[in-house]
Amino acid sequence: MSEWGYVIGEEDLLPLSLGCAVLGTGGGGNPYLGMLRTRELIRAGAQVRIIPFDALDDTATVYALGSIGAPVVGVEKIKRGDECLHALRALERTTGRRADALISEEIGGSNGIEPIAIAAQAGLPVLDGDGMGRAFPEVQMTTFFIYGQACSPAAVADDKGNVVTFDPVDTMYRLEALARAVTVQMGGSAGMCTAPMGMAFIRRAALPGTVTQALRIGRAIVDARATRADVLERLLVVADATLLFTGRVTAVVREMKGGFSVGMVMIAGNGAYAGCTARIAIQNENLVLWVDDAVMACVPDLIMMVEHETGEPITTELVKYGLPVAVIGLPAHDLLRTAQALDVVGPQAFGYAGIDYDTHRL
Amino acid sequence: MIRIGIDVGGTNTDAAMITQDVVLASCKIYTTGDIMSGVRTALSRLLEISGQPASAVSAVMIGTTHFTNAVVQRRDLAPTAAIRLGLPASACLPPMTDWPTDLRDAIAGRGYMIAGGNEFDGREIAPLDETALRGIAAQLRAQGVGSVAVSSIFSPVNAEMEHRAEAILNAEMPGVHVTKSHEIGRIGLLERENASILNACLRDLSRTVITAFRDALAQSGIQGAMYLTQNDGTLMDAGFAERFPVMTFASGPTNSMRGAAFLSGVADAIVVDVGGTTSDAGLLRGGLPRQAGIAVEVGGVRTNFRMPDVFSVGLGGGSIIRQAEGGITVGPDSVGYRLADEGMVFGGATLTTTDIMVAAGGASLGDRSRVADLPPALVRDARRAITALLEQCVERARISADMLPVLVVGGGSILVDHETLAGLPVMKPAHFAVANAVGAAIAQVSGETDRVYSLATVSRDAAMADARKGAMDMAIAAGAAPDGLEVIDIEEIPLAYLPGNATRIRIKVIGDLHV
Repeated sequence: MSEWGYVIGEEDLLPLSLGCAVLGTGGGGNPYLGMLRTRELIRAGAQVRIIPFDALDDTATVYALGSIGAPVVGVEKIKRGDECLHALRALERTTGRRADALISEEIGGSNGIEPIAIAAQAGLPVLDGDGMGRAFPEVQMTTFFIYGQACSPAAVADDKGNVVTFDPVDTMYRLEALARAVTVQMGGSAGMCTAPMGMAFIRRAALPGTVTQALRIGRAIVDARATRADVLERLLVVADATLLFTGRVTAVVREMKGGFSVGMVMIAGNGAYAGCTARIAIQNENLVLWVDDAVMACVPDLIMMVEHETGEPITTELVKYGLPVAVIGLPAHDLLRTAQALDVVGPQAFGYAGIDYDTHRL
Repeated sequence: MIRIGIDVGGTNTDAAMITQDVVLASCKIYTTGDIMSGVRTALSRLLEISGQPASAVSAVMIGTTHFTNAVVQRRDLAPTAAIRLGLPASACLPPMTDWPTDLRDAIAGRGYMIAGGNEFDGREIAPLDETALRGIAAQLRAQGVGSVAVSSIFSPVNAEMEHRAEAILNAEMPGVHVTKSHEIGRIGLLERENASILNACLRDLSRTVITAFRDALAQSGIQGAMYLTQNDGTLMDAGFAERFPVMTFASGPTNSMRGAAFLSGVADAIVVDVGGTTSDAGLLRGGLPRQAGIAVEVGGVRTNFRMPDVFSVGLGGGSIIRQAEGGITVGPDSVGYRLADEGMVFGGATLTTTDIMVAAGGASLGDRSRVADLPPALVRDARRAITALLEQCVERARISADMLPVLVVGGGSILVDHETLAGLPVMKPAHFAVANAVGAAIAQVSGETDRVYSLATVSRDAAMADARKGAMDMAIAAGAAPDGLEVIDIEEIPLAYLPGNATRIRIKVIGDLHV
């Protein structure tokens, strides 16, 4: 296996975290702390290899893991660092199946880095892929669960060494509710690992190449900044994304709804979009983009906001009045566009009953 | 009541004397190597110009870059230890993990982590490990370390453990300086801890500098109170400043923006401060600078300071003009304070932005005949390049389509003879060259809290009242008159991905100085 893929170096971490933040589509939390953790592990001698799906045969066992909880808690109560590892070990004990590789639940935001930090401690490779291709707010919103990953066993672990294993659980929605309730008791953030998956299933259900995609996007931003090239232009090319709008944020409205930050960002157009007004509905992530009241893009397609000049990804928590932004769009992977997937991650799943995805897909 | 504002910059020391809303005197002198003799000179000049006796001065407000520069240049920093209360949480990232090595070395940075800290809702992560803390104290005492920063997880929600840790350190290490993180910053452990460590390592220097400022005032015969300005445009009294030198970071741009508002009588505007080397543009809203939202680095260290959102370009009165293949370039390098020797209109050989303005007839300064032979095309193109940079500044600071005026201040304002910039009307208030000193002289006092409340256990009103009281206590501690404190900013952010109505509330109050 050592000839497959590539080893993540210290110099890859900044680009990777930038790329993860871009793919976070406004949510997923800031990857900065995860980047620092991984840097320390690499400096201490750990090696993490990113491997393609072809590197493992069908009998291999893969675990998906990531953090669950509030990003604001995560920046104050920094992780002990091995929460996800404890959750993983608990599931290995429960099922008797050792992990051959790890995979990210969501490449967008801090969870794009988390499996790499855990792999560095566990001495495991990380598959080049994930279950969202972006960030989503809830546990069941992965292609793993959508296409049949078992709802149990699953485990969450805290910084004190406590692990709660859920086994059995009847639906993926119930797993989300239970895991989140336990997370609050654990202090608002925890590490989570879900049921083991066979490599044959991963090949069918995971989104391939997303770690490399994040790295490529991040490298383009870093490189364009260093050479003073047009960051936005490079970003569009390397991500194969479409420019949807440019302008300045004129208002941000936020409110609480069932534990999630829900709101609307208003943007007054400039440049080619002068005279137009855009609106983005947010629920941690950017969900729907309207330009002059016409839907331009919606979930599960990726709606990404970056600072116009620097290409700095803008999270929904940081978006503020006056920020000059570019809104760029990327079609979601085909696995997220089936009727089965749209039930879980389409506009209806987020309460937009009147928006038909197939009419507005990028 | 007569107040004096002094802005001690890297190049110039600016000073202004004001009473009510009238500027009685102002002056601009070069910053001296020892800084204090410059301050003395400025003070005596103001007294001389105004004809006022020293005894009439009731307060002196000082803005200084001294502490920022010490960090940036890694000098005069005290050996410092950082003790974090939070284990088992946060174990993967010890204090100063993200610091540049040279700065860490310059403070002989020692980082410790012990059990303690709180959850977002106030529960304990773990009881404070007092035995471990005493052990660390003994070690530090033996090593002669006298500055300690203590940061406890979620101390903005519950500061009890930081207080307890300070009491233990005081008992075990008599004379130690302890900086508690909840007094320095907001939620965001790493950034708040970093700012606390920077504060701790400046404590020795702050005593020296504050004492020197006090001496300079005393030698000038001034017995009025002394204050320093902080990054949010408000004041702290000298005793507070000695304990919190880190709060002076980035006070310069804030002072000039507030000074511009005062001098022009305009509360909402874009302010462009043109100095010798750079121009800084920011937005003034209700007389206060708009704050930056994202992490601010100081000397390579990530902090979460309350800093004005300022956009800088390398354009000043001393910026060097060059003719390159692609056309004219302006700056970013500058002759700085050597303009009076090196600029062409002053008999020097370096073509600067000031020379271009004189040649174009936009300013009369020095000897115009020395630039009479410059090719008109060069002058025209250079002026266009200058205008483009100024307009870039204005555009960047502008956040709405509103027709705000552009207030131009600073020593390099000679570069601006425009009636409009980016379509907005330009105003140059009186005394524009010393707007920063005026801003220091008129500064008010503020206090701020930033806490997370669980609205499942307290009512929203009770949470708001608690946050408001915390902010007011901070302001009064910083020297505000308790009467007339006013809430100027309330931010309520529900915490994402968490049920239970955890909400982060940030409140800022501001009030007049208690004199």
